[in-house]
Amino acid sequence: MNFMASTQPENRLLGPQSDSQRTLYPYVTGTSVVALKYKDGILMAADMGGSYGSTLRYKSVERMKPIGKHSLLGASGEISDFQEILRYLDELILYDNMWDDGNSLGPKEVHNYLTRVMYNRRNKFNPLWNSLVLGGVKNGQKYLGMVNMIGVNFEDNHVATGFGNHLARPILRQEWHENLSFEDGVRLLEKCMRVLLYRDRSAVNKLQVDVFLKMAPNQIYSLAKLLWSLT
Amino acid sequence: MDLNMNVNPPHSMGTTIIGVTYNGGVVLGADSRTSTGMYVANRASDKITQLTDNVYVCRSGSAADSQIVSDYVRYFLHQHTIQLGQPATVKVAANLIRLLSYNNKNMLQTGLIVGGWDKYEGGKIYGIPLGGTLIEQPFAIGGSGSSYLYGFFDQAWKEGMTKDEAEQLVVKAVSLAIARDGASGGVVRTVIINSEGVTRNFYPGDKLPLWHEELEPQNSLLDMLNVPSPEPMNI
Repeated sequence: MNFMASTQPENRLLGPQSDSQRTLYPYVTGTSVVALKYKDGILMAADMGGSYGSTLRYKSVERMKPIGKHSLLGASGEISDFQEILRYLDELILYDNMWDDGNSLGPKEVHNYLTRVMYNRRNKFNPLWNSLVLGGVKNGQKYLGMVNMIGVNFEDNHVATGFGNHLARPILRQEWHENLSFEDGVRLLEKCMRVLLYRDRSAVNKLQVDVFLKMAPNQIYSLAKLLWSLT
Repeated sequence: MDLNMNVNPPHSMGTTIIGVTYNGGVVLGADSRTSTGMYVANRASDKITQLTDNVYVCRSGSAADSQIVSDYVRYFLHQHTIQLGQPATVKVAANLIRLLSYNNKNMLQTGLIVGGWDKYEGGKIYGIPLGGTLIEQPFAIGGSGSSYLYGFFDQAWKEGMTKDEAEQLVVKAVSLAIARDGASGGVVRTVIINSEGVTRNFYPGDKLPLWHEELEPQNSLLDMLNVPSPEPMNI
């Protein structure tokens, strides 16, 4: 069963010959993820599209998943790499639970773990081709961070990946404030997602929105109120 | 995605493969052309390969890569079945394929559609495109011919079809793709998998519908010449 083990080849010492494991370019990709902190926690949204080059091939891809008891992970980029990251995190959470010590990994810890994984893979020239958004609440403390395929990571009150950085963040910079209510947060997020739908070619009108506080089940819906009249 | 917006779309793969769930099982379909460049190396290939009694896989892309992946997974599933003591589930088969496809993504060029029936989840279809993403779908299309079928399926697909409706849909779709994709051709093969077992069907050219600009096949020009001239109109 060694054939199936997903590890880097041991022949790294052989130098340039050992090029066998390198993600050269992504195949099935997800576009922007947008997230913000509101009064009671975190709101995160992403569309459910999986693009294959310029074809909008898959339209029911869940790009956001809960991690452990306290966090939410959203990803853009190569979907197969995101699925692999979910497996790593599954194992991480499993081992955490097995300690059975009453403690559980919070968003800050998970974000740190992901940062190390992403940066180390980048150093080996074999990146996981994703930009990740990690948000959550533990003991009343809200946390929202981002890490991308080269290991750049930071924490902020609002984050986005891909096109979201160019289109959504300026809106968030203007309109975000401390103690946003849930309704205002949702409206702000929808405003961002609507702009992305207009201006991002790989966006799909089917959104997944997750709230991180009371583990509300995630909502999947399509945006209406799109303005096409050119007055 | 942020860093390298210039994403290379993958090579086209010479095939059309389809997997469709219906109320009770799945129907898998494929064309039968294997090409090396412009030459048709095999005009009667069987691209729907058995993994276990209840799980089959449609292969597209590099013939060598898809065959070796299927062979390894068949081998692993065989051992898994012995250990488990009951038939393997479709999900396990799909995950084994994903493991090989993902971990060898730099070397493999094959897109696969895994379909089957098990007693826990019924009929299931899993698509595993280039890169090794695993995606469960009510229907899946793959191969170079599939480009011509996205619109067709958007319109013609519906939930809860019967076995015959599903098979007709698959046959129609593969034949439409063959009509337009140079890399697809030959006959249409289908495999139906449900709780009762597996049925293989075969649809040669004369059993397929004719599309735009295609003519009714004649045995010979000579038959056409012996047709009497038409009657003058009675106005």
